[in-house]
Amino acid sequence: MLYREAGDFKTSYVEDGQTFPIRFDRWRYYAVLAVAFGVIPFVINDYWASAVFVPFLIYAIAAIGLNILTGYCGQVSLGTGGFMAVGAYSCYKLMTAFPEISILIHVLGAGVITAAVGVLFGLPSLRIKGFYLAVATLAAQFFLVWLFNKVPWFYNYSASGQISAPERTVLGVAVTGPNTEAWAKYMVCLVFVVALAWVARNLTRGTVGRSWMAIRDMDIAAEIIGVNPLKAKLTAFAVSSFFVGVAGALFFSVYLGAVEVGEAFGIQKSFLVLFMVIIGGLGSIFGSFAGAAFLVLLPVLLKNTLVGGFGWPTDLTAHLELIIVGALIIFFLIAEPHGLAQLWRIGKEKLRLWPFPH
Amino acid sequence: MPDQLLYGIEVMINGLMAGVLYALVALGFVLIFKASGIFNYAQGVLALFAALTLVGLQQGQVPFAHLINAIFGTEIHHFGWELPAIVAIVLTMGVMVLLAIVIEKFILKHLVNQEPIILFMATIGLAYFLEGFGDIMWGSDIKTLDVGLPQGGSIWIEEKTAALGGDGFYGFFIDRLDIVAALVAALLVISLTLFSQFSKQGRALRAVADDHQAALSVGISLRFIWVLVWSIAGFVALVAGIMWGAKSGVQFSLSLIALKALPVLMLGGFTSIPGAIVGGLIIGVGEKLFEFTIGPMVGGATENWFAYVLALVFLVFRPQGLFGEKIIERV
Repeated sequence: MLYREAGDFKTSYVEDGQTFPIRFDRWRYYAVLAVAFGVIPFVINDYWASAVFVPFLIYAIAAIGLNILTGYCGQVSLGTGGFMAVGAYSCYKLMTAFPEISILIHVLGAGVITAAVGVLFGLPSLRIKGFYLAVATLAAQFFLVWLFNKVPWFYNYSASGQISAPERTVLGVAVTGPNTEAWAKYMVCLVFVVALAWVARNLTRGTVGRSWMAIRDMDIAAEIIGVNPLKAKLTAFAVSSFFVGVAGALFFSVYLGAVEVGEAFGIQKSFLVLFMVIIGGLGSIFGSFAGAAFLVLLPVLLKNTLVGGFGWPTDLTAHLELIIVGALIIFFLIAEPHGLAQLWRIGKEKLRLWPFPH
Repeated sequence: MPDQLLYGIEVMINGLMAGVLYALVALGFVLIFKASGIFNYAQGVLALFAALTLVGLQQGQVPFAHLINAIFGTEIHHFGWELPAIVAIVLTMGVMVLLAIVIEKFILKHLVNQEPIILFMATIGLAYFLEGFGDIMWGSDIKTLDVGLPQGGSIWIEEKTAALGGDGFYGFFIDRLDIVAALVAALLVISLTLFSQFSKQGRALRAVADDHQAALSVGISLRFIWVLVWSIAGFVALVAGIMWGAKSGVQFSLSLIALKALPVLMLGGFTSIPGAIVGGLIIGVGEKLFEFTIGPMVGGATENWFAYVLALVFLVFRPQGLFGEKIIERV
């Protein structure tokens, strides 16, 4: 009843081209933003921040990044973990080299550096396609992790080989380091998520996004109609790596505070983000959020019910979690290969006709 | 001969042996990719699962003991018997065939005609599932696998080759297990080739690999072929699992050999059995020699990434790999 175009008249091109053309959708979007900015920061505690909200927001950025590359441009990448490591380590180097500059600039700088590295590893995509490319991106994953492990310059010659974030403040409030409060961590990530999701949404429906999708659907045909594959693929790699790099930088500096590269940014992370994109829905910004939320919440939920509820040993729960995640992935692929975003889309179609579907 | 050169040769021979083991895993990938166009990421986990099952059956472990104990508060762990290796291997093969049937029935059947990337994801899901399932069924502790394969360096080769070098050289150290693995791999490839060339089922398999629809239209059952090919892949996984398990124990890291096999595949081409073998040998020798010569200069542990970078550079010049079918693209 509420959810329909009827009566929502567009009188200018700007209104016609807006992201949420349906009034109800717009209000829902504003409501979500209002809750995210106006309610959650005041009620959040340490557990909720570190177990649910902060990882969800950071993974959402990474998932949007990978979705741009895989979902919009059709280039499967298994190097996400490696690129997140680039973001984390460049953020660390910037933070320690220029302590007087704001951490926000450092995070963006880390994104730019990661974008450059991403373009470098994206170059072979002009020759290599499909699975060959997916496996080729594993080269980035293993090489980058090895590099950060073996070259002491990257971790400032620290004895443990770890990097740990020094305390940095934004507007006088600590956002990294051990004294950070839960709401500060949450707010920093939220600001980045909202800004980057906005950028991603607008990029993907503009010229660049359309050339990505043309390449995804069929690269030879796209080339014939005048899309420059070099430009399209490399911009996709650059933008995607920028997002992933920012996610990596936040993951290290705000969320964990100290990381060991092999543990935090190993191949498992690449798969995790890929699963988020697949379960959420390829080629959908909303899907990236849905997938990230699903895979962040699932382990928390399982742990609370099985360990907390039934008192099972934790190792058993860990195995069970693997089984359930695996089975769910297969189930989703069979039931809805286009992911949660497609379910959402179907739901919206139904809502438009509700309550009189005929 | 100077000792340094002899060491180089020793490294190369050991690289060849390691390459054979990579090729064993890569072989399973190629078989499934050829027959169903599925890039089966779960191959490594299949090997782990096969090895776990083999050890479990051989030592008479109670499946799901840990889970049962957690729910009912019991204290069971072993049946108290030990099976001879050959019986356990046959039983494990039965389990792998059963697994192939289950995979076909619950996953592949529902995913016919989906895009390759979706199928690839499904096999990653399967890998997760099997990893958790194997651990819950047989426990996640490191197990030793002993089916009576020879272990340790070959004294005979060491004695024969010691005379080549100076006083500081004690002959080539070559693990007897590696030699057995090489022989088994050769046997496996020959028998697989014979099977696919001369048996009825083998021909059907090649027909399916060539063109699914054409094969269907001449009356070949796709579903049977898929069960068959996954069973064969399960068998190859079992062999790989035995070899790797005997070498380094049965544990989670066994499933990571899948990651080692990927560059082998890229180098050799996804669709070529000889490619898998040659690719395996090149990667094996390449990474050992690189670690031996360049490794000490850059801090070692280059084996983690060398294979990938080699494959990446190679692919830029030849996108279909060494022996892969030429990729022809049409609009």
